[in-house]
Amino acid sequence: MLESYYPIAILIGITVGLGILVMGLGHWFGPRRPTQRKNAPYESGMMPYGPGTRQMPIRFYLVAVLFILFDVEVIFLFPWAVVYRELGLFGVIEMAIFIFILLVGFIYALKKGAFEWE
Amino acid sequence: MSGYGIEDLVYILPIVFLLVWALVLVLVEAFTKRPDVTMLLAAFGLLAAVTLSVIQFGTEATAFKEMLTVDGYAVFVYMLVLASGLLSLGLAYDYNRRMGWARGEYYILMLFSIAGAMLMASAANLIVVFLALELLSIPLYVMAAFVPNDASSEEAGLKYFLLGAFAGGFVLYGVALIYGATGATNLMDVVAAALGTNSPVMLLTGAALILVGLGFKVALVPFHMWTPDVYQGAPTPVTAYMAVVAKAGGFAALFRVFIAAFPSVSADLTPVIATLVVLTLVVGNVAALAQKNIKRMLAYSSISHAGFLMMAFVTYGSALYADAVTSLLFYLLAFTVTSFGSWAVVIALEKAEGKGLDFEDYAGLGKKYPMLSAAMLVFLLSFAGVPPTLGFAGKFFLFRTVLEAGYAWLAIVGVIMSLVSAFYYLRVVRFMYFEQGDPEVRSEPVLNLVTAITVVGTIFLFLFSGPLLAWASEAVLALI
Amino acid sequence: MVPIEYYVALSAILFMIGTMGVLTRRNAIIIFMSIELMLNAANLLFVAFARMYEALSGQIFVFFVMTVAAAEVAVGLALIVAVFRTKHSINIDEASTLKG
Repeated sequence: MLESYYPIAILIGITVGLGILVMGLGHWFGPRRPTQRKNAPYESGMMPYGPGTRQMPIRFYLVAVLFILFDVEVIFLFPWAVVYRELGLFGVIEMAIFIFILLVGFIYALKKGAFEWE
Repeated sequence: MSGYGIEDLVYILPIVFLLVWALVLVLVEAFTKRPDVTMLLAAFGLLAAVTLSVIQFGTEATAFKEMLTVDGYAVFVYMLVLASGLLSLGLAYDYNRRMGWARGEYYILMLFSIAGAMLMASAANLIVVFLALELLSIPLYVMAAFVPNDASSEEAGLKYFLLGAFAGGFVLYGVALIYGATGATNLMDVVAAALGTNSPVMLLTGAALILVGLGFKVALVPFHMWTPDVYQGAPTPVTAYMAVVAKAGGFAALFRVFIAAFPSVSADLTPVIATLVVLTLVVGNVAALAQKNIKRMLAYSSISHAGFLMMAFVTYGSALYADAVTSLLFYLLAFTVTSFGSWAVVIALEKAEGKGLDFEDYAGLGKKYPMLSAAMLVFLLSFAGVPPTLGFAGKFFLFRTVLEAGYAWLAIVGVIMSLVSAFYYLRVVRFMYFEQGDPEVRSEPVLNLVTAITVVGTIFLFLFSGPLLAWASEAVLALI
Repeated sequence: MVPIEYYVALSAILFMIGTMGVLTRRNAIIIFMSIELMLNAANLLFVAFARMYEALSGQIFVFFVMTVAAAEVAVGLALIVAVFRTKHSINIDEASTLKG
């Protein structure tokens, strides 16, 4: 039963081998003259300033967390949509209740000012 | 096609009502922003849910295709946690205002977590056990960290969260293994399939993982490390609340799952459970001896009470488990009443966050506030199991059941550990009555009411422990 | 078809990595990630067994677990951010205000 996975194993082998080969060729034959400019994180980008771990406004985090919550809850719509026709009116009411519960949370977040950017 | 009807909702009406009410309160809080209003409405919701539970008494039904069971056992736990909710509202109301962080969300989170505890008592499906456990726990994490900009409260919340989520992972993995071993998560189907399963190791591992996960929740040794820190750091009303409701929910689910689903592995698990009981009793009581902070002392004491509650489990699989469940429920009741009372006294003496919580702060309480210290005396005696208190009745019935089941050595360990516990409870009494000091207590009406109710309950319910026990045993008849 | 034992073994390994991570790491975020790994190990098990029994229930359980995990993420990250703002560290060894 593992035979069916041989093509994948071969593919992985070829990919990894090719990667090593290409990088190795560059490593062995290419000339290397490093300068400070070349070693910068973005060689032709703008000059970096300040430390990498700058403080970030907490707003980003709040919006991100709310997004995760509402985003993941939508997962329940998928199995519901599959059997939507069989469930009929009952299913519609059930989903309406579910969405309403989410809506309560949304209204709460709205009223508490979670979405006010300034 | 669907197979669900309105009667499913009616069977679990107390839970449905509580959840709908909590959602309404979310909107009320969002629009009015008045903590007092939210608190009053939450208290009203709890009272209404108690009424609905009383009406529910005597129902024998399964709802949502055997996902939930409503029986006397479940309704008993409903009432217990709803009453706990009312008591802890009383504890929190004055305290939150005194400390200056009264917010309506506190009460809403509490309603959600009570609904979780009620669902745990009703859960007849392992997946529902997991979901109810999370519904019970997630609001509790937030409540533990409720004090704004307070390092110890936030730290308590984080610790509780990390270890609680860890425990949740164990429960879930156990459920997954049982699903694999039996092809079902419904308790009845698990029982049927467990007898003919060809992978008993997987079943046993799953049961053990669920035991570990719920053991974390109810603070059994060796899964108790978080308890003292979290109990000390969390705001005191939250500590009081989680000491009782998280335990009640955890034990309710543990008992239903183990009695209903795993009688076939009882021979393998009973020695493990007996070891856990002895460890919990010894570690909880001995560690409590060394404490100087009253919150930490009560934390270790609550660990030791988890050990006593767990004692009822050693009889599972034998013919006596009906008695065992009865005495478990009764002990839970005794622990609830006594625990809330003692926390009420602690809150009365607490000055600022984390101040006024050492034993020294209780010095001279007996002279200056005779009523309050008498109340504390009653609670401590009840904890230690001295008559005429409810705690004595609880321990008495529990030890009797354990003796009848043939675990005389376990009963002896229990009695010795009760004596050890008397040492540290009486140390507080010594400070209250035999040391000089000048404690300052602000009289707050709601808090005094809670103290009065629990004192009366501790003594009065003891006098009626016969009928109460009969009620509790009626409640468990359904389980069998 | 891959035999069920492989899935069980993989999931057990993931679960052990998660457990070890929780027990040995000191950074709250990494501990949290380890816990998520444990939940996902259980998810893998559910899906594998659902396929073995040809029952859909196991896959639906995974949906429930994912939503619960999302709720935990929200609360957990909020707690970690709150602790970080107060103490400027999320190393749980430094979280030692509470000692008895």
